[in-house]
Amino acid sequence: MSARLVFLGRLEDLAGAGECEVPAGPLEAVLAALEPDLAVALLGERVRIALNGALLANRGGIVLGEGDELAFLPPVSGG
Amino acid sequence: MPGDAAGASLVDVRLLDAPFDPAAELAAFAAAHGGAGGIASFLGQVRAGDGVECLELRHYGPLTLPGMQDLARTTQARWQLEGLLIIHRTGQMAPLDPIVLVAAAARHRRDALAAVDYAMDHLKSQSWFWKREQCGGVWTWIEPRKQDFADLARWD
Repeated sequence: MSARLVFLGRLEDLAGAGECEVPAGPLEAVLAALEPDLAVALLGERVRIALNGALLANRGGIVLGEGDELAFLPPVSGG
Repeated sequence: MPGDAAGASLVDVRLLDAPFDPAAELAAFAAAHGGAGGIASFLGQVRAGDGVECLELRHYGPLTLPGMQDLARTTQARWQLEGLLIIHRTGQMAPLDPIVLVAAAARHRRDALAAVDYAMDHLKSQSWFWKREQCGGVWTWIEPRKQDFADLARWD
């Protein structure tokens, strides 16, 4: 059972990779197993999250299932 | 639509991972929207002379292009346009490489100018891109400036 975390922008540098596989389960448990610095950054209030390509309004109660993709999106800068 | 070349689509939105030719794109856009009396455009390019060796834009597949298409629809609904073109690069670019091209065709210039301005403000600070620059071999992530958010707030 595994899910995938995707790290955009500067979060990729912190994570050391653009994505990683994690065991499926509650997001709290997934974050608790990461490096503390990375977990803190992922919880930053300016970081948006998208589950399977859909933006989430809040991150309460997220449980990652098999094959789910959770993306962490820091402030954007295009153009 | 009278004056439009056959099959010219109102909205053309592209996310490219290879260089493009802004002059050729603009010429094709103007030819496709012959009924428009005015065409406004904005070209963003990688600055030269600032010591930036390379600029990289990252995107997130599930969100970036759909977000650009939503922006195009919103822009088109807000002004009287005969055509709208949004091209945005991803990947690594060298100084003077084009990054973004936005063009709007309208019967009257104000609609075209405002539509380009609106689309650019939203591409800068509200679309799903992440930008970093390499200077002296060191990569730095770029976050929006206060001015970018002030620009965006003009449309609220």
